Amino acid sequence: MTGTIPPPRDMILEVAGLTMRFGGLVAVEQVSFAAMRGDITALIGPNGAGKTTVFNCITGFYRPSSGAVRLHLPGALPVDLHRLPGYRIARAGVARTFQNIRLFPGMTALENLLVAQHNRLMAATGWGIGAVLGLSRYPRAEREAIELARHWLQATALLDRADDPAGALPYGAQRRLEIARAMCTNPSLLCLDEPAAGLNPRESEELARLLLEIRAQGTSILLIEHDMGVVMKISDRVVVLDHGRLIADDIPAVVRADPRVIAAYLGEGEEEEEGEAA
Amino acid sequence: MSRTEDRRSQARPAAGESDRPRQGALIALKDAALSALVALGLFAPMVGLRTDVAPSGGLYLRTRWADVAILCGIVFMLRLALVLWTGRRGLQPSTAPRPWTLWLQKAGRFFAPALLAVALVLPFIPGVERYELDLGILVLTYVMLGWGLNIVVGLAGLLDLGYVAFYAVGAYSYALLALNFGLSFWICLPLAGILAAFWGILLGFPVLRLRGDYLAIVTLAFGEMIRIVLVNWVSLTGGPNGISGIPRPSFFGLSFSMSGDPDTFAGYFGLEPSPLHRVIFLYYLIFALALLTNWVTLRLRRQPLGRAWEAMREDEIACRALGINITTAKLSAFALGAMFGGFAGAFFATRQAFISPESFTFIESATILAIVVLGGLGSQIGVAVAALVMIGGFEFFRQFGEWRMLVFGGAMVLIMVLRPRGLVGTRTPSVALGEKRAIGANLIGEGRG
Amino acid sequence: MAYALQQLINGISLGMIYGLIAVGYTMVYGIIGMINFAHGDVFMIGAFVALIAVLLLSLGGVMDGPAAILLVLLASMAVTALYGWTLERLAYRPLRGSFRLAPLISAIGMSIVLQNYVQISQGARVKPLEPLVRGGVEVMRDGPFVVQFSYVQMLIIAVTLAVLAAFTLLVTRTPLGRAMRACEQDRKMAALLGIDTDRTISLTFVIGATLAAVAGTMYLLRYGVIDFYIGFLAGVKAFTAAVLGGIGSLPGAVLGGLLIGLIETFWSAYFSVQYKDVAAFSILVLTLIFLPTGLLGRQEVEKV
Repeated sequence: MTGTIPPPRDMILEVAGLTMRFGGLVAVEQVSFAAMRGDITALIGPNGAGKTTVFNCITGFYRPSSGAVRLHLPGALPVDLHRLPGYRIARAGVARTFQNIRLFPGMTALENLLVAQHNRLMAATGWGIGAVLGLSRYPRAEREAIELARHWLQATALLDRADDPAGALPYGAQRRLEIARAMCTNPSLLCLDEPAAGLNPRESEELARLLLEIRAQGTSILLIEHDMGVVMKISDRVVVLDHGRLIADDIPAVVRADPRVIAAYLGEGEEEEEGEAA
Repeated sequence: MSRTEDRRSQARPAAGESDRPRQGALIALKDAALSALVALGLFAPMVGLRTDVAPSGGLYLRTRWADVAILCGIVFMLRLALVLWTGRRGLQPSTAPRPWTLWLQKAGRFFAPALLAVALVLPFIPGVERYELDLGILVLTYVMLGWGLNIVVGLAGLLDLGYVAFYAVGAYSYALLALNFGLSFWICLPLAGILAAFWGILLGFPVLRLRGDYLAIVTLAFGEMIRIVLVNWVSLTGGPNGISGIPRPSFFGLSFSMSGDPDTFAGYFGLEPSPLHRVIFLYYLIFALALLTNWVTLRLRRQPLGRAWEAMREDEIACRALGINITTAKLSAFALGAMFGGFAGAFFATRQAFISPESFTFIESATILAIVVLGGLGSQIGVAVAALVMIGGFEFFRQFGEWRMLVFGGAMVLIMVLRPRGLVGTRTPSVALGEKRAIGANLIGEGRG
Repeated sequence: MAYALQQLINGISLGMIYGLIAVGYTMVYGIIGMINFAHGDVFMIGAFVALIAVLLLSLGGVMDGPAAILLVLLASMAVTALYGWTLERLAYRPLRGSFRLAPLISAIGMSIVLQNYVQISQGARVKPLEPLVRGGVEVMRDGPFVVQFSYVQMLIIAVTLAVLAAFTLLVTRTPLGRAMRACEQDRKMAALLGIDTDRTISLTFVIGATLAAVAGTMYLLRYGVIDFYIGFLAGVKAFTAAVLGGIGSLPGAVLGGLLIGLIETFWSAYFSVQYKDVAAFSILVLTLIFLPTGLLGRQEVEKV
């Protein structure tokens, strides 16, 4: 590992010795890094490097073969994420988006954002029965939930499409909606899997701005991304994987010049410069 | 019959059938002749040669070539007509909102209340006799069962092929509780529902990780297992002879006997005793139960639980990533659906006064599922109309005698081929900032879990 | 000991029949991802056609010897194959696509149609047939109890193995087999490469139906009593066998069939005949819960 090791109290996510095996194939081997609170941490690497595997281990979709993933929230004990089922990790404050967008296509944008607030709303219904009978704080909770949804729809420029089915939205809008939905869970850590994939330069700009706004509000971000322009522009820290192993972990400027990183991308060094010029 | 392609029409193989819209009459004739030839191959052995048991006990063959010829002729005609009408592509499934479904949606504003009103006053419409009332009770029972299963299949997207098991649990629970403990219907009803819900959870637990067809087969297996137990555990359930002498319902303490005493319904209200009174009471009872099911479902749709079910149907993985506990969501869907099935079962037991395992076969489960699928996408009004059509149709088919089930099965196939997503091809969101607009079927997930 | 041995023999021959039907399920599921709900009823049709063929040949006085049995088998295979083909064309092909529930309901509808069709055309009564292949080999004697390996059981095992061998050759060596495997992996790509996917799928159904016909004929020869309802139960059990062996795996289907046959036979011999179907269903449930990919199936990792 290159770079300085930051003091533990600033960490929000600690990945320690993470290893993931699928049968005989070792997808990820002994990966260790830390994401700092309030940072945008990028996870990059050539295709097949194991980035999404690491993501899935962090967010509970895979159980790691060995190693640990811990969430460090202020004023609380570290949470061992690698032991938890996916939905509990989400409840602990880690939200994610998916490489292949996973919206609820038959539900409207607004409904998608309300589903994200499920747990808070469920708590207000008094085990469901209360709300069915109309006695509970549910109507007010729903109003608040709609307000939060409205806020995020506005932030992602989707307010005018709130009542449109999510499946009918154009691609860029769907990507933004997925981020809005993840934010509606009020996460401490937002994990984004290739949020800029398929976006044109203007949309990438808007995405970068959105992510900076999210960071400004206090949410830490971990993102997988291929678009070097976005990565270099907004990341505070860049972690590089290749063939399942970690080969660099430092600030963007250092990583960009790291010969091992350039070698791993094998000629994609030119793309980095193009991205920078854009 | 639809020729219009909707955006997601999947019957588009890269190689295979040709695409020409209209064929010359000659080619149509050739096509029809081929069909008739296939029909010959199918019908000649089965229909043409009938095996019968001779008086001596052995088997012999009877020939019925005339029937075969007639059938082949019919096939020829039908195929010819079909090819000339729709081209070689034949019948195409369509989920595009047809003019009449959009009309249904709009008319749904007063269509639903209109149906409701008719159902409300049915017993008092002149000309409505015992037969119509019985039919009404039957239809309403299936509407309720359809609405109950709708929670599991339509909202939560869980393929349940064993729903009849909960119907049976409800019926047998009521029968045994009423006969052995002398409890009244109004106490037994919730108990039957709770027991059925309990079984719903019990059967739901093992199948949590199963998807799609696997889930369907396992739930089918459960349904069959329960039926086999009912048939064989004679000491508890009376075996194939069932349980008889189940107490009839009373009008809150007033019995419906014909005696005209002051403590009977007729006597108390000073009416002429008539068997119709009980039937009318039963009618309103099932009506109320069905409405209860509907009301609960509509309320839940607007709430996080109902929304979570629908989200789970669309994409379970995304739900997990949002912190939704899929296990409780699935189990609650099973439990609630089972509970309403149990209520319906208790009603069934008290209406018939006699129950046996024969009423709880797989065909029942399949029928109820067909009603839900035909209704389309968790739509309440769709399920109600579908139940009316299917059960009414089934009654109508009675005139076909032994052909009834065959026609029924054929109708199921035909309807699925023509409208795979059901009658109501749209979904209305439960909440909106502005106006609620219907969402077309081609966008909606149909549940893989 | 002798009793157990007899059950073993009985179980294996029953298992072979289930295995034949199970292969049909697994093939169709492998290629279009759908459980052919009406497959059990195709088996039932196979049995009935065999019965009719037997009677036809008896009328002609030629129901004698292995040649006649072969004729019966071939007749059943031919006619049942036609039924299988028609089934696919009518009820499944129009619905091929992403909607999951519709083909299932359609299949259930077809199952109802087939059952009632046979019930109407052949009468609802059970059809008993005198045993055609009599006698067997005495394997062991334990006091008054004789363990017999009957000729018909030998026939079942021999025919099943032969058919399965031929079929395995088909799948692994021929272009059709390759086409089938290609469609199983990636149908769109196969189509883009010029494979006639419609035809391949049709042929898959036809082959499945043919195997079911063999099973039906064997069933008729072994048990001598058929009715229009045997398809439903045999279908669920054979499906259990396919799942137990690993859906998509052909040797798995046969292995699963054998296991189910053995379990069912031993269960009814030692515990209770009435609940033997419950035993089969329970195996299904347990397998799907604890071993969803079956014994020989492929591990499926879900892509997130």
